[in-house]
Formats: sequence, C-alpha cells, structure tokens
Amino acid sequence: MATDIIIHDKKDNVGVVVIEKITPKQDCKCWIMEDDSSTDIQSTDEIPLGHKIAMVDLKEGDTILKYGHDIGKVVKSIKKGEHVHVHNVKTKKW
Amino acid sequence: MEIPKSFLGYKRENGRAGTRNHVIILPVDDISNACAEAVANNIKGTIALPHSYGRLQFGADLELHFRTMIGTGSNPNVAAVIVIGIEPKWTKRIVDGIAKTGKPVEGFHIERTGDIGTVMKASKKAQEFSQWASEKQREECPMSDLWISVKCGESDTTSGLASNPTVGNLMEKLEPMGVHLCFGETSELTGAEQVCATRGATKEASEKFMKTWNDYNDFILKEATDDLSESQPTAGNIAGGLTTIEEKAFGNFQKIGNLKFIDVLEPAEQPEKGPGLYFMDTSSAAAECITLQAAGGFNIHLFPTGQGNIVGNPIEPVVKLTANPLTAKSMSEHVDCDVSKILSREMNLSEAGDKLIETTLRVANGRLTCAEALGHKEFVMTKLYRSA
Repeated sequence: MATDIIIHDKKDNVGVVVIEKITPKQDCKCWIMEDDSSTDIQSTDEIPLGHKIAMVDLKEGDTILKYGHDIGKVVKSIKKGEHVHVHNVKTKKW
Repeated sequence: MEIPKSFLGYKRENGRAGTRNHVIILPVDDISNACAEAVANNIKGTIALPHSYGRLQFGADLELHFRTMIGTGSNPNVAAVIVIGIEPKWTKRIVDGIAKTGKPVEGFHIERTGDIGTVMKASKKAQEFSQWASEKQREECPMSDLWISVKCGESDTTSGLASNPTVGNLMEKLEPMGVHLCFGETSELTGAEQVCATRGATKEASEKFMKTWNDYNDFILKEATDDLSESQPTAGNIAGGLTTIEEKAFGNFQKIGNLKFIDVLEPAEQPEKGPGLYFMDTSSAAAECITLQAAGGFNIHLFPTGQGNIVGNPIEPVVKLTANPLTAKSMSEHVDCDVSKILSREMNLSEAGDKLIETTLRVANGRLTCAEALGHKEFVMTKLYRSA
C-alpha cells in the first residue's frame, strides 16, 4: 500500500513526492486521496520529498490545481513527469 | 478510539480551568523588564514575561497592548500575577482587568521607589503567591474546559497532506464535546480566502472574515515595496516544496477540518459566543500568533510543522506534530507527536487524529511539551503601528 506520490484531489494536475526522493525514469506509484484510487507516472527529473511532479503536460499560462483549487500559474512550460516549483510556477496574487 | 470525557486541570475562581499553574511576573512596559526578571529570579516557581513595548502607544495599538496584557494575566493557565510598570496608572488598569477573574493579582510601579525597592516589595508578594499556588491540585475537568488554539509553522507540503488534516480530524472529533477552538493567520489564508469565507457559520461571520482579510490585504498592498515573495512563502517553505502563497493557504486551511467558524475575533479578544470554532485576526508569525491566542484565553496549543518550527509560549503549552519523516528524525527533540506514517500509508487520518488527541490530553494533564522541556518561552506582543 506504500506510495511514492500523493495526489490530493482527482482534478489536480500535480502530485507530491512522499519518499525521500524520486530519480529520473523512475516508475512511481501514485495514490489519489480523494477517492482512494491509484495511478502511475514515470518521472523525468530527480524530485525530493515534499516537492511536486507534473501529472500532465502544462503550457505557459495554465493553472496549477492542487486540493482541487487554483494555486498559481505556469510561467514556463512543463512536461509530464517534470519537477514543478518556483522555477516554472508563480502566484497569481501580488 | 473512545475519547476520554475529562482531563486533570486546575480549576480557577471564574469557572475556567487551566492546564498549567503558572505564577507570572508581568511587566507593563519594556523598561520594567529588568525589575520583573529580578523578581522571577528571586522567587522560585514564578516566571517573568519580558517584552519590547508598552510606552507611548496610542489608539487601537494601545488598546491591543492592554487587551494582550490583561488577557495573558487572565488566562486560566495562570494562577496568580504580579504586574510591574513604570507608572501607576497603566499598571493599575492591567491589575484591575486581571482582578475581574477573581485570581490573586497585585501591581507595583517603579517611579518614586526605584528598581531595588520595587524588587523587594514585589518579591515578598510573589513569594506569597508562589507558595499559595504550589498547593493547588489538579482536579477532574470536563473536556469542554479545553480551549484549543492552532497555528502551523515552517510548513511544507507534508503539512497540507497530513499534519494539518490531523489537527482538522481532532477538531471534528472534539467540537461535539463543547471545546472552544481557534485558528488565525490572516495573511496565510491568502489565495484560500474566498473558500475560507464560505466556512462562516453565519452570513455575519463570513462577512466579518472577508472584511478582516480585505483590511489586511489593503495594508499589504500599501506597505509592500514589490510583493511578499521574500516572506510568503518563506525560504523554509520553498525548500519544503511549497511554491506559492495559494498552495500554502490551502494547506493551512486543512487545520479546521470540515468545521465552520462561529465568529471572527480581534487580536487577543476573548470569544463570547460559547463553544465552537473561532477565527482570530493574527499575524502568521508563530510567536506573535500564539501570544495573541493565549491572551484570548486558550489553554493548550496544537502546532503542526513541516520543516521544523521550534516555538513555545510561556503560559500556553505548545504541542508540536509533524508528518515530515526527515523532521521527525532530525529534530526529534521538538516533536511531541509524529504522524509521518500517514505519508507511507501505514497510518490513516483518523488514527493520526486519535494519536494527537491522546498526546493533547497527556499534555493537558501535565506532561511537559518538548518546547517546555527545552525552555521555549516566546512572548511576543503584536504592535499595529509606531508609537507617539
């Protein structure tokens, strides 16, 4: 039942790494909390514990959804499996 | 788990109950700190609460100062209070405010006496209070005597995934038992403010929340030179994987579970609408927030952390929990309740909530928190604007 990535909500386009780190080309197990379902993804980057992975391809201007809610905008296109953080996503506030 | 119906607390004169039995030496102002600390050094079983303000404040800022001072002295975790200020008038105002609880309180002013004479007089009274308080016994108190405040810090994505929802689970289980609950952090609800507003139990509560948040946001827009990207999220938050304030806010918001808040409190204001969840307008800086919540009368605090915040409070025990396995391992001396097994799916949320209830009750019954054992006594007054 252990998982590598947790996704809060079915609508989310990012997941959170919950093991110490995932490495490039790792086949990761993902658990979706909302409906207790599972999915898989292959990582592109090394991503540490607590950091986010893109579950789909995202282009500039797209909205990042986590908890099923808008948490910011994509400022540099992101491919499925890549690390999502301050280098490619910014707040819509301020 | 069957939740216990009672805990062992100190019954106070006004009908409240404390989880601690402190005798505090409360300075009215910055220049009375030395005197207060000298008294606390003389008399065992007392603690001084030094701070940086209390001179030439005015208007709403001065009212907040008095509310925080009087609220701190009135907290049921405090058995008795010595108040020391430079001038008689403000000292008396705080003494009179605390005296309404019926607990022993006495004030001393330094002007025309000097530090040494004041230390001598105040020490005699402090000794009397300390010995009196030392005979107080813990008695069985209903769970509804627990007033629980919450605030998270050094958050990361594990906070939103697990430790904050654990607090939310505890709230859902304890609210029906008549517990008072309080969350705050106006700034760290930015991005989730509209969703938070829908959690008002009444239209009035929702509107009051939006007004509070809008006032805060207007202040940020006026004072910020660029944006808050240096402060929100913090460098620690970013290292832990949080990217934006919105992401932080939705994680923060998990602490209240599925509850609705019945009222919005001013900083350090005492709730008056009975048991249930309250929102208090506070800064998101840990020590400032907890100081205000303690002044609002809350007697035990739950503090989820991701990367490892170490804050404590002199009168309100701060229970730390984390879901980050690295923090639980590398900073174990700061962690009262480890819920990191949620991430590996070896523990579910309800089990984590039960574990937190058990830890909370052990601390309410007298077990020292990690922060207490390590000597954390951060007492930080909130200041609204500069003094006259």
